Amino acid sequence: MAIALTILVVIGGLASARPAWAGVITPESGGSSNADSIAGLYLIVLIIAIVIFCAVAGALVYFLVRYRARRAPVASQIRGNTRLEIAWTTGAALILVILAGLTFSRLHGIVTPAASGDVSGAVFATVDQPPAPRGHALHIKITGRQFVWRFDYPNGAYSYEALTVPINTTVVVDIYSLDVNHSWWVPKVGGKFDAIPGYVNHTWFKITEPGVFTGQCAELCGQHHAQMIATVRAIPIAAWETWVTRQKRLIAEANADDHLARAKLDSQSGAAQVENP
Amino acid sequence: MATYLAPAPQIATRRAEPEPHGWASWVTTTDHKRIGILYLVTCFVFFMVGGVEALLMRSQLAVSNNTLINAEHYNQLVTMHGTTMIFLFVIPVWAGFANYMVPLMIGARDMAFPRLNALSYWLFAAGGVVFYSSVFWNPPDAGWFSYTPLSNGTYSPTAGQDTWIYLIHLTGLASAIGAINIVVTIATMRAPGMGWGRLPLFCWGVLTQAIMLIVAVPVIAAAVTMLLTDRHFHTCYFDPRCGGSPLLWQHLFWFFGHPEVYIMILPGFGVISEVLPVFARKPIFGYKAIAASTVGIAFLSVLVWAHHMFTAPIPLVVLAFFMISSMAIAVPTGVKVINWVATLWQGSILFRTPLYFACGFLVLFTLGGLSGVMLAIFPIDWQVHGSYFVVAHFHFVLVAGAVSAVMAALYYWFPKMTGRRLSEGLGKLSFWFQFVGFLVTFGIQHSLGLSGMPRRVYTYNADTGWGTDNLISTIGAFILATGVLLTVANVVRSLKHGVPAGPDPWKANTLEWFSTSPPPAHNFDVIPKITSVEPMRDLRAQIAQRPCRDGTLHTGGIRPPVSAGAVHASTTGGGEHV
Repeated sequence: MAIALTILVVIGGLASARPAWAGVITPESGGSSNADSIAGLYLIVLIIAIVIFCAVAGALVYFLVRYRARRAPVASQIRGNTRLEIAWTTGAALILVILAGLTFSRLHGIVTPAASGDVSGAVFATVDQPPAPRGHALHIKITGRQFVWRFDYPNGAYSYEALTVPINTTVVVDIYSLDVNHSWWVPKVGGKFDAIPGYVNHTWFKITEPGVFTGQCAELCGQHHAQMIATVRAIPIAAWETWVTRQKRLIAEANADDHLARAKLDSQSGAAQVENP
Repeated sequence: MATYLAPAPQIATRRAEPEPHGWASWVTTTDHKRIGILYLVTCFVFFMVGGVEALLMRSQLAVSNNTLINAEHYNQLVTMHGTTMIFLFVIPVWAGFANYMVPLMIGARDMAFPRLNALSYWLFAAGGVVFYSSVFWNPPDAGWFSYTPLSNGTYSPTAGQDTWIYLIHLTGLASAIGAINIVVTIATMRAPGMGWGRLPLFCWGVLTQAIMLIVAVPVIAAAVTMLLTDRHFHTCYFDPRCGGSPLLWQHLFWFFGHPEVYIMILPGFGVISEVLPVFARKPIFGYKAIAASTVGIAFLSVLVWAHHMFTAPIPLVVLAFFMISSMAIAVPTGVKVINWVATLWQGSILFRTPLYFACGFLVLFTLGGLSGVMLAIFPIDWQVHGSYFVVAHFHFVLVAGAVSAVMAALYYWFPKMTGRRLSEGLGKLSFWFQFVGFLVTFGIQHSLGLSGMPRRVYTYNADTGWGTDNLISTIGAFILATGVLLTVANVVRSLKHGVPAGPDPWKANTLEWFSTSPPPAHNFDVIPKITSVEPMRDLRAQIAQRPCRDGTLHTGGIRPPVSAGAVHASTTGGGEHV
C-alpha cells in the first residue's frame, strides 16, 4: 500500500512538472498545450511500463539465480495454477483498462483546439471557412509536395518552408498533399498528421511564447525526404499582422514584375512561343 | 552407485537406408528435413545480406551530414533491408524450422504433401532471386510497405518496384502453400494418442501462424496485383488523380501487415515454450493458457491493423476502437510472458545457450511489448509514429523477439539436425555480444525518436543534436553484427568439429528427440503411443523403471546422485557436460 502511494505521488509530481528531459525520455513539448498533454500522458504510461518491466525482469533474474541447477537440484513438477493465471490475466486487462481510461480522460486537451487568448480586434477567419471553434482561430492551409511545405494564410498570402503565426492564437491547420504521402510534424507544437493526396487532415496548436520550432516530414516521400524541413515561427500578434500584409504585398509585387517581364518577352519578335518553364 | 555403471539403454531408431547425396539430391528432394535445411541455409544467407544493408545505413547515419551513401541509395537500402528481413528471412526461417521439426515433433513420416513442400521452397527461392536481380539495375526505393502514390508508375517508374511486387507474389504463394501443408500435416498426421491437448507448443505456434498466413496472404497478393495493374494497365485503385484512394492501399497493406507481425513472432513464442521447460527441468507453466493465448493473439491480430495509420485522416472513433483492440492484444501476450517466467519458478535451471537466448528474448521482448502498448495509445502515437521510436519498437519485437527465438531454436535443434552440438562457449559469447549490441543499438533509438528524428532519413544536420545518439547506435550495430558472426562461425566450426550429440542431448520432452540425430529419411522405426505433452519424459521414466539384467531397478531418473545430473543419467551417452 505504501509502495502504491509512493508511486502515485511520484507519478503525480512528475506529470505536473515541466519535464526537463523532453526529447530524451518523453516526447518533445513546450510549444503548444497539446504537445504538453501528450508528453504528460506519455510520462504516466512510461512510469507504469517501467514498474511492469521491473516486476517481470526482477522475477526472471531472481528465478534464474535462485533456481539454478547448482542451488536447486530438483525441479518441482508444477504444471500451472489456474487461479494465479486468472489473476494475472485479469491484472493485465485491468492495467490496460486504466491506461485506456487515462487516455480518454486526457483526450479533450489534445484533440479539441484551445480557445485563443486575448486577441480582441483581430479577425482571421474568412467567410468561406467553417466557424472557428470556441472563438477566434487562425486557419492555415498546409500543403506538402516533393520536397517542400507550403503555407496559405487567410488573406491570400503564402510562404514556403517557414510558417509564421501569431502567439496566443489558436491555429487550426488543414493538411493537404499535391503528390505523394507526407506527414506534418513539428514535435514541440503537437503530434504528426499525414498529408495524403485526395484527403484533408486536421490539427491545431496554440503557441504562447514567441519562438522558432522546427520539424520535418515524417513519411518517406522520395529521395529528398530528409530535406523536407518545416519551421514554425511564432511572433507577437501585431508583428504578425504587419508581416502577413507585407508578405501579401511582396507576392503581388513579384507577380506583377513577373507579369511585366512575361509581357515584355512576349512582345519581342521571335520570342512569342517561349513558355515559362 | 552400481546401478549407474550399467550400460545406458539408447532410445534411437535404426538408420535403414543410405542417404542420397550430391547436389542433385538437394534440388530434387521432397524430404521435409532437407527442404527445412534448404530453407534455413537460404534464409541465413539473406539474413547476412539484410544485415550488411543495415550496417551500411548505420554507417551513413553515424555522423551528421555524412556523404557515404546518397539519398537514392539510402532509400533503396531501407527498402531492401526491410523487405529482405521480413519476406526473405523471418517468415521463411520459421518455414524452415517448421518443415524440419513439425513432422518429427508429431511423429509423422513427412509432411502431408512432400512435393508441394518442395514447390514452396523453390517459389520462395525464386522470389528472392527475382527481387535481388533488381540490384543490377534499379532496386525499389519506396520502403518495405510501398505506400502509394510513391510506389506508383509516376513516382517509382523503374522496374525495381515491380520486382518488389513479384517478390510478394512468389513468397506469398510459397507461404500460403506451405501453410496449407502445415495445417493438413498437424491436423491429420499426429502420432497415436497425440490429441490437441498434447500437441507440442511449437506446433501450436506454427499451426496458428499457418492459419494466419492463409487469412492474410491473399489480401496482400490482391493488393500488390492492384498496384501492378495501376502501374502498367491504367487501372486506378490507388491514384487520387483519377478517383483512387491511397488510404485503400494502407488499409489493405496493414490488414496483411499486422497479422504479419504475429506470423513472424508466433513460432518464436513456440520455441520459447519448448526451450524454457527443457532447461528448467519442469513442465511448461499453464500449457492450456499458452496454447489458448496463441490462438487469442491470432484472432485479435486481424483487428488491429489501423494502429499503423493513427496519423492518417481517420475519424477519432475509429482510432479509439483500434487503440482498444491493440491494447487487448497485450493481454494474451502478457499472459504468455508471465507463464514463461513462472516456468522457471522452482525449476532446476541448466544454463545452456538456448536458455540464454530464451531469457534474452524474455527481457527484450517485454520491453518491445511495453513500447507497443505506448504506441497503441493514439495521442502518444501521434508524437512517436514514423520516428526512430517506432524503429526501436519493432526491432525490439522482431530482432530481440523473433531473431532471439531463431537463435534459441538454432542452438536447441542444431544437434538434432546435424548430430553435433554447437560450442557452448562460442554460443554464450555470441549471446552476450548480441544482447549488449542490441540494447546499445536500439535502446538509444527510442530517445532519437522522442527528440524528433523521423525514420528513413538518409542524413541529418549537426544542429539537430542527434549526432551522439546515432553514433552510439552505430557502434551498437557493429557489436550486434559481431555477435551474429560468432554464431555463424560456431555453426561452420561445429559442423565438422562439434561434440557428437547423440539422439537426445538436452533430455528434452518432445518426440523429435526419439529419433537419431540427424534422423533417417523415414524419421522413426516405431512411433510410441503418446500419453502426455512430454512423450520423451514418459519414455525416460519407463526406461528408468525397467528392471536391469541384475534384477535391480534402474533409478537414474528419480534419485539424484550428486547434482543436476539427476534427470539425465539414464537414456543416452550423449555429450551433456554438467
